Amino acid sequence: MNQPTSGLRGLPVSDIFTRACDGDRRAIGRVLSIAERGGTDSIELGELAHKLTGNAHVVGITGAPGAGKSTLTGRLAATLAASGRRVAVLAIDPSSPVTGGAILGDRIRMDEHNYGTGTFIRSMATRGQGGGLAVAVPAAIRILDAVGFEIVIVETVGVGQIEIDIAGTADTTAIVVTPGWGDAVQANKAGLLELADVFVVNKADRPGASDSRRDLELMLDLSDTSEWRPDIVLTVGTEGDGVDDLITELARHRQHLADAGQLEARRRRRAQHELRVRAGDALANRLKDALNSAEGQSIITAMASGGASPASSLDRLLDELYPN
Amino acid sequence: MADAPGDNTQAREEWQEAFDASKMRDVDFQTMSGVPVDPVYGDAPYPGQYPYTRGVYPSMYRSRLWTMRMFAGFGTAEDTNGRFKELLRSGGTGLSTAFDMPTLMGRDSDHDWALGEVGKAGVAIDTLADMEDLFADIDLSGVSTSMTINGPSPILMAMYVAVAENSGVERSKLGGTIQADILKEYQAQKEYIFPPRPSMRLITDMMKFTSAEMPRWHPISISGYHIREAGSTAAQELAFTLGNGFAYIEAAIEAGLDVDDFAPRLSFFFNSHLDFFEEIGKFRAARRIWARWLKERYGAKTEKALLMRFHTQTAGVSLTAQQPEINIARVAIQALAGVLGGTQSLHTDSFDEALALPTEKAARIALRTQQIIAHETGAANVADPLGGSDYVEWMTDEMERQAEAIFAHIDNLGDGSMLEGAYAGIDNGYYVGEIADAAYRFEREINAGRRIVVGVNDFTEGDDSDNDTLYIGAEVEEYQLKRLGDVKQKRDAEAVQSALNNLVAVASTPDQNTMPAFIDAVKAYATEGEIVDALEGVYGTYVEKAII
Amino acid sequence: MSDTTNEKPLRIVLAKLGLDGHDRGLKVVARMLRDGGLEVIYLGLRQTTDQVIAAVEQEDADAIGISMLNGGHLALSQKMINAINEAEAGVPLIVGGIVPEADVEKLNEMGVAAILGPGSSSEDCVASVRAAVAALA
Repeated sequence: MNQPTSGLRGLPVSDIFTRACDGDRRAIGRVLSIAERGGTDSIELGELAHKLTGNAHVVGITGAPGAGKSTLTGRLAATLAASGRRVAVLAIDPSSPVTGGAILGDRIRMDEHNYGTGTFIRSMATRGQGGGLAVAVPAAIRILDAVGFEIVIVETVGVGQIEIDIAGTADTTAIVVTPGWGDAVQANKAGLLELADVFVVNKADRPGASDSRRDLELMLDLSDTSEWRPDIVLTVGTEGDGVDDLITELARHRQHLADAGQLEARRRRRAQHELRVRAGDALANRLKDALNSAEGQSIITAMASGGASPASSLDRLLDELYPN
Repeated sequence: MADAPGDNTQAREEWQEAFDASKMRDVDFQTMSGVPVDPVYGDAPYPGQYPYTRGVYPSMYRSRLWTMRMFAGFGTAEDTNGRFKELLRSGGTGLSTAFDMPTLMGRDSDHDWALGEVGKAGVAIDTLADMEDLFADIDLSGVSTSMTINGPSPILMAMYVAVAENSGVERSKLGGTIQADILKEYQAQKEYIFPPRPSMRLITDMMKFTSAEMPRWHPISISGYHIREAGSTAAQELAFTLGNGFAYIEAAIEAGLDVDDFAPRLSFFFNSHLDFFEEIGKFRAARRIWARWLKERYGAKTEKALLMRFHTQTAGVSLTAQQPEINIARVAIQALAGVLGGTQSLHTDSFDEALALPTEKAARIALRTQQIIAHETGAANVADPLGGSDYVEWMTDEMERQAEAIFAHIDNLGDGSMLEGAYAGIDNGYYVGEIADAAYRFEREINAGRRIVVGVNDFTEGDDSDNDTLYIGAEVEEYQLKRLGDVKQKRDAEAVQSALNNLVAVASTPDQNTMPAFIDAVKAYATEGEIVDALEGVYGTYVEKAII
Repeated sequence: MSDTTNEKPLRIVLAKLGLDGHDRGLKVVARMLRDGGLEVIYLGLRQTTDQVIAAVEQEDADAIGISMLNGGHLALSQKMINAINEAEAGVPLIVGGIVPEADVEKLNEMGVAAILGPGSSSEDCVASVRAAVAALA
């Protein structure tokens, strides 16, 4: 697909990246697209960017639909920006699995308090393809880290496994629930609770907020919290109440990671996850090629006709995949 | 569901008695061929009898035709004042005011957002000075004024009171209606300013104020029109509108008002779209549902509290830009549905409205369409002429059934409160999502050719697009900006600030009524935008969640 | 060998400028474009041209779509075009809504890439955006 004309058109990737590092927001927008799209340019970009990474605090925010995550994320970003921090938000929404299209509407609520503050907001669609997001999101995080954002907030709906994985590979993961017992139970079922470094009971001005806090405390009492016991923060995203507490808690967790030498472990976990997905993609492609090759077809024919056992067929296929 | 069969003979006698006591228009109630016709046919319950499916009055249009209310407003306050006076000279007693978009949104004419919209779709009001111009030399004790405004309605209400009082007319003498239906703004029309709950507080303050001090004033016109225009189905229009009505009733009861005092002050406003029988079923069902809920759920005891009276406007969204003249036929059919459905007043759209604001000629044709229905078709001779038709009765029941299912959902969202259900549905995107789904379904049917829109996706020959359209120039905006500047220069800046500070203080205190503080602020010539800004400081600004 | 490049879907920013709250058409178009495989960054009501440009930059969008119903199309389209040029955003502007015949030419001269009137089909919308983007490439 051709890119429309703009001041960046025709510039080499390295120049665009330099501009992005200088704070040119259009250039940042463009390098994110390059990273997201993959291919040769993204490899070059990755080489440039990865040397500059490792400074940002990556915060994952996830929870059930309707928990008020966008509004809360918007408030969080705006409050951090107001205190002079450089903040970027990746807002991730599902695409239609059929057409690949998507409507990305999270900006509306985030812009409300962030427009003009310097907060950089990027919407990302899941784009359907297997593992696509698991590659694209870490790539985007690296770019945002490299160009100098101090805090990168990744907001996802905690429903699909991919989204949960993404939130779970942040330095600090905040799980958002709303008042009422059901929400916490659902979050528990979805496996979200184990990921939590911070719990947020949002819409805490509604009845049941203290019950939710108690339910969460109870669940925590039953879990192993010897290393870190997540705090429970009550917020009202629409009003901004409790956002300062959330910021304090996010910072406290980051400090804990540093003190306990866990930061490194988190990043290893993220790297391992990404590498596994990337390798899976690469291997799947090789396997597809191998099966489609003449040799592959003959292996399939031999096994289907009963002429070769499954085990010997697998050996032949592995030889085809790894010639040495 | 359907009307319970009562004792027909007794009901007929009661109806006859009520009918005989009604005054009649001086016309011959017979067909064009000279055949005399009865005022009503069929079985009980008759028009004017609970649950009022067949009409709110026993004699319906034999006593009084529906009001042919044509909504107007453009340019500066002075321009519209000229229009008003002309109307009053020719015997009219009702003034209907359309405001421009910046006024509707609570923004002054010099706001960034106002660019290109000042005086375009209605009259521009920034300060009390504009309101004084709008009603100059008109005796406000002798007219009934309708103001179509929602978000900033308390400000405009305050200005109206201030104009009257400054000209020596007591507020108790003022009669009219202000739309002030804030719930449907979050659901469909999107002319909101503050979040729902503080907006509702302001509206409730206004209801209490007018109940106590302005006995001739109707504080809310509950409107389904905009819900339908935004793409809802007929049943959704019916259910969301009545659901909002129940929410206002609950808010009024909570505020300590008596449902029997308050309910008769409410009026409704519906859309009349193209599916003739569905629309008629909708109007009939609306009356029945309202009467039943008011009686059974809200314990209303007087008949007046049970009567749903409504205004109808033909569906603007059904008008096509292609072959615009054929819209005249669409409007005629929609208007007839409104009349057969028993509306109390009617606005017919002009055929060129899909292109621009109506020209004078197009507006005249629209009015003539109503006059043809009233005087040539015989449709006004018999009350509820379609009542008793199996199809129409079934459709009425079906509309009610669908509406009740929606009420149950809203009631459930609100844990047994329709008011809380309305808030919850706004907050979780229920209304907006349902409406967007319906609109998209409709559009896809047109796209796929499953639904024919004449002149758009079939029968497209003959579009000569040779029509005059009305233009409003930039002079209005220039004039209004100058006027606003002059007012700001002349007023006492300290008095403005102190009135605004007081308003903010009152608005921050839940138990105080905000209306007196609004009146003081407008009397100090605070601008609409300044008042809104001050209140946004207290209440915040509403931003819609993206439900697409 | 393995294909690691993901085809980037076209991205369009959709917004309404000014005060007009009629968003039925914009929402229907958003869905049509989504179903046509586009990524729609939906800004919704009451946006300023600066907000739209900020979104285009951060989202690296390929096009802007605005919709108008209240007769403000000339003034607002010009304002949007000026903002696009000033920011050197390099994206086409597509205008939807009610545009009188007499103004179509004015909008074209102004630099509006496409005008989608009432009754535009789903295919029209998607094709217009693709063509407008391709024309600038």
